[in-house]
Amino acid sequence: MRRIRKRHVLVAALAMALCVPAAGAGSGNGLPTKIGKGEGSLNLIEWPAYSDPSFANKFVKETGCKIHRKDAGTSNDMVALMRTGGGGGGGQYDLVSASGDASLRLIYGGDVQPVNVNLIPSWKDFISIFKSPAHNTVNGVHYGVSVQWGPNTLLYNTKKVKPAPTSWAAIYNKKYKGKITVPDNPIQIADAALYLEKSKPSLGITDPYELNKTQFNAAVSLLKQQRPLIKKYWTTEPDEINLFKSGDVVIGATWPYQTLQLQAAHAPVKELIPKEGATGWADTWMLAKKAPHPNCAYMWMKYVTTPQVEAKQALVFGETPVNPKACPYMNKIQADSCAKYHLNQPLSYYKQIHFWKTPVPQCGNGKNNCMDYNAWQQAWTQIKG
Amino acid sequence: MSVDAARAGSSVRGARLRLSASFWRRPWVKAIALLTPPVIAFLIIYVGSLSVLFISSFWTVDSFTGKLEHVWTLSNFKLIFSTSDPTYLRIAARTIGIAAAVTVTDAILAFPLGYFMARIARPRTRSLLFVMVLLPLWSSYLVRIYAWRLILDNEGALNWVLGGVGLHLNIAYTNWAMWIVFSYVWLPFMVLPVYASLERIPDNYLEASGDLGAAGWRTFRSIILPLALPGVVAGSIFTFSLTLGDYITPLLVGGAGSNFIGNVVFENVGVNANVPFAAAFATIPVMIMALYLLAARRLGAFEAL
Repeated sequence: MRRIRKRHVLVAALAMALCVPAAGAGSGNGLPTKIGKGEGSLNLIEWPAYSDPSFANKFVKETGCKIHRKDAGTSNDMVALMRTGGGGGGGQYDLVSASGDASLRLIYGGDVQPVNVNLIPSWKDFISIFKSPAHNTVNGVHYGVSVQWGPNTLLYNTKKVKPAPTSWAAIYNKKYKGKITVPDNPIQIADAALYLEKSKPSLGITDPYELNKTQFNAAVSLLKQQRPLIKKYWTTEPDEINLFKSGDVVIGATWPYQTLQLQAAHAPVKELIPKEGATGWADTWMLAKKAPHPNCAYMWMKYVTTPQVEAKQALVFGETPVNPKACPYMNKIQADSCAKYHLNQPLSYYKQIHFWKTPVPQCGNGKNNCMDYNAWQQAWTQIKG
Repeated sequence: MSVDAARAGSSVRGARLRLSASFWRRPWVKAIALLTPPVIAFLIIYVGSLSVLFISSFWTVDSFTGKLEHVWTLSNFKLIFSTSDPTYLRIAARTIGIAAAVTVTDAILAFPLGYFMARIARPRTRSLLFVMVLLPLWSSYLVRIYAWRLILDNEGALNWVLGGVGLHLNIAYTNWAMWIVFSYVWLPFMVLPVYASLERIPDNYLEASGDLGAAGWRTFRSIILPLALPGVVAGSIFTFSLTLGDYITPLLVGGAGSNFIGNVVFENVGVNANVPFAAAFATIPVMIMALYLLAARRLGAFEAL
């Protein structure tokens, strides 16, 4: 939090304060103090299935807020959608289920507004690191509520990859040339940086999302060397599942969802968090600055973070709730699923996961020499060639 | 009442007659009336959007706010043509190279097929072949590309067949895979113009050639090929431009290092709304196609369309 400069927050907060629509009477800090009557409608920009009818229908029935969905394919899509019609959701969208690589872009771009977490009763039950994470909370101001998360793990074919890998070094190893897959996402540079943090301490990397020019170039050149070893940069989950099923690849970076799907299909695969730790993604329902239905939006944030709904959504999408009270409900739907999705882990488990956040020029120690997301994006195009 | 109605009807008819008479007296009025709607549509929708594309390629985007900055600069083009980092030049060269390879492949495949359909096959066989050439176009383009993924997979149909003779091809998710899939999906667009141009060659030319003592090969080289060339060039406009502008095939069957111009444009429009850079890169295929069409016109392709 100290990394973000006060000036930006002040400007952002001021802009937000001026624009909070009538969600209950505004109090001193401009935040609503109670959830008013529903507006009958709720427009979401979401990851596909983030308002799956299996749990959303009950919400519609209870609140009368009819849900209109706009599915986004990538984080960039989400940001672009929020910025149509003059930004802030264009007066059309209420909530966006932004991942950590998009959320700060939305906050700094002035596209989202502060949220009063006291109106979300489940918030106090969240795993502590998801209450005010750096990717959705700036200087103590919340711009939404965390909803679900997942780690980026190392997946390998147990028959083809021997001995079992323990380090991310495996996906940079020439031994598996033409048999490796990683996500097609600029944030992959952070995975390389995380590996370099441990394997090349001389670079002095402390946070894989805050890289100065030298550290950044080292990560990029590692990924350029990796390119000839890659079979395919995967873009969708079924993409990666097919690659592993057909034997086109034997090792790669993945999300737990793909691993569980492959294991359910009896593919000989295993996943792990290597000794360097891992990156992870965490999604936040963020409130659009020009949200036309703020009351329904608050009701939705309240509803999706309740343990029962968290459990249902986790199993529909293949991810992990931020509310540990969802554990027994997950097990009720699918035996042992709470443990499978690592919701029963101690805090030390979460500490080894570096959650996605948008790279911005402001580094720690008040320096401004870090590479921003544009640079990441450009480098990624060059890496893929 | 009825008289009034009849009078009104006759006056409407009279107006119509006067209008048509004035069109007859002044044909240029008729021409203008007929051409104005398509010309306006063409100017606004086509030329207009191309100009906007070209103009916006000289602007930039503020990386922090994602807003357009209307300041004239060549920085987008400098980045594309930079030699210290030839990523974009490499992507452009790959796109053009594969488009050319696909065009040549399709021409080689389409010529004998078109020849057989136009000059050898009986009418019933010809209709059957037509249906078979056009049949793939009845299903979605996306379905056909996904089908090729299943064929080319490591454990796909191709390797299953090759496995019978102890072979294994590892071409899924490579530029070779893209070449095969592109050649397949655009083949009908080459077959049809080639067929049309071959069909138009009068039989007596070939008989005259034979009477003058030319063997089959000589007739092919001196009579058939020159007369069919406009058809091949017309087909190549389709195969070349369709490949040049595609981004879905590279996304689905390409591997690492298979990006096309279209993929970079797609990514830049999605990312930080960097439309100016996307516009700058998108002008390259427009330029290439302009040159290509000029060359095609000289080869007589437009008479064969």
